[in-house]
Amino acid sequence: MSTQPQPEHAAPSPEPGPSRVRFWMVCALILALALPLQLSVDAGLFPDVLNPYYLHLLTIIGMNIILVASLNLLNGYLGEFALGHAGFMAVGAYTAALLATKALPSAAALPPVLGTCVILVVTLGGAMLMAAGIGYLIGLVTFKTVGDYLAIITLGFNMIIVNAIQNLDFVGGPRGFTGIPKNTNFLAVAVCALLTLGLLRNLIQSSFGRVWVSIRENAIAAELMGVSIARAKNWAFTIAAAFAGLAGGLWAQNQQFITPRSFDYIKTTEILVMLYLGGMASLSGSILGVVAYTLLMELLRNLLSAFAPQLAEWRMLISPLILIIIMLTRQTGLLGNREWRWLRPRQGA
Amino acid sequence: MGLRITDLTKSFGGLTAVSGFNLELGERDLQGIIGPNGAGKTTVFNLITGVYAPDRGQIQLGDQAVSGLPSDAIARAGIARTFQNIRLFAQMTVLDNITMALHARAGYGLWEAAFRTQNFHRQEARLLAESREHLARFGLLDRQREAAGSLPYGEQRRLEIARALATGPKVLLLDEPAAGMNPREVEELIQLIQQVHRDFSLAMLLIEHQLPVVMELCREVQVLDFGQTIASGAPQEVVRNPLVIEAYLGEEEAPA
Repeated sequence: MSTQPQPEHAAPSPEPGPSRVRFWMVCALILALALPLQLSVDAGLFPDVLNPYYLHLLTIIGMNIILVASLNLLNGYLGEFALGHAGFMAVGAYTAALLATKALPSAAALPPVLGTCVILVVTLGGAMLMAAGIGYLIGLVTFKTVGDYLAIITLGFNMIIVNAIQNLDFVGGPRGFTGIPKNTNFLAVAVCALLTLGLLRNLIQSSFGRVWVSIRENAIAAELMGVSIARAKNWAFTIAAAFAGLAGGLWAQNQQFITPRSFDYIKTTEILVMLYLGGMASLSGSILGVVAYTLLMELLRNLLSAFAPQLAEWRMLISPLILIIIMLTRQTGLLGNREWRWLRPRQGA
Repeated sequence: MGLRITDLTKSFGGLTAVSGFNLELGERDLQGIIGPNGAGKTTVFNLITGVYAPDRGQIQLGDQAVSGLPSDAIARAGIARTFQNIRLFAQMTVLDNITMALHARAGYGLWEAAFRTQNFHRQEARLLAESREHLARFGLLDRQREAAGSLPYGEQRRLEIARALATGPKVLLLDEPAAGMNPREVEELIQLIQQVHRDFSLAMLLIEHQLPVVMELCREVQVLDFGQTIASGAPQEVVRNPLVIEAYLGEEEAPA
């Protein structure tokens, strides 16, 4: 938060030599693993080892990476404290659900793989555009304020979006939206997550990213260097909203059932916990935070239900507890302000 | 003409911070503003850079009227400044502080950055080369990868001046650059400002509290007291002016 002093930590230090591992190599490796994994699980091969449950976990991780990395753009790089990310996820989820059920033919009526791809591109593109549009409009209002006020306003918009959907009967209102076709799988989510990371990394390591970070570091100085603060912030807000919409679109077509309540401030809080666990202003941190948090939660679920099934929901206590512990002991999170080599700029500058 | 200011006036509540301020700053002039604490010097800078909107008066940069424009537009029009309390982007590298300043001339759009087009790579290479060349000019190249906030005070001041110059301004405003410096650092600063004055084609306006700095650097100064210009001219003459001695140095006390 801008009202608090920035914790002191070693900022970018000299890192000799360029990394041999490049971003595209990591992408290639992940996709090379994801494709056969998806195909074997679909075909029901090795049911003992390749449990669909693991694939489901990986899918959740992928969607959460999109959410956390895009929120990092605002809360980490831009240095604002936005609290409405789940709202944009909801916009994306409902947009994609509507497109998939009302506007597009079902995947069965189209050629097998290509048809699903077309459906995904249209639904996810629509989800991103709609979320970006609403994010842009909200940003126009929101960025008249900073700090605590901005946090409250974004939280307010999150609630407005959720409540508005609850009152829209044609999307199911409070009962939720059912019967969404399952157009996504782990592979699609993996591609989207890698694309998100790549695009965000490219933006952050460009003039746009330097301007965003400069606003975080000293808004007055940035403005007197000719930066239109409102414009730069609104770009970031719109982009972050678009990716939250993408995650929502994937979510809807993976869960096949969405309700407004799954996108309320509790979801936003969950995204925040993963973000702070991983660390601000670090895409590596976002990845690590999501993986660590998701695995920890699942581990706790299994452990607790093994001991006493009625305790399983107590893990929801652990999540805010993690947030408190991070804030008290390690405010930079696991990887705050640091990047794995393959996510760093090539010049090392 | 570099910067022409006529009848600049600003009050806060009942307090007139700046009243009827005038300035003619030629394209390559180096002028100073001196005066006791609270005389309105920094307010003048804040009015020029659009941090405050003037109540009255005109600010003309070349042929362009800039009074009333927002700060970022004034900066893009060609007025850069440094701050009395240094405002660097502390956690960014020294290099990124400079490269950021080139944002208006980045030469690529959002989509080109997102998808890293050929043009993006070309322009980024150019920005990087320009920034490094600029840093080398200010003797900061070997610091390029360090966090700006970790530099010693004198170098932070130098980086801030370098960053302001990287925007390619027509006018540079320096707000008490020698504040908090030891005599050796002040000496280096004077040389730096002289070097900038010699090498860059721009006008400079300097607010300074330490008289020796102004006496050495400026051929013309204005003395502000309670928001009003009480004297102007060559520094050696101005400091003998009884009004100035009274306001600035206390009554019946000769300047050192």
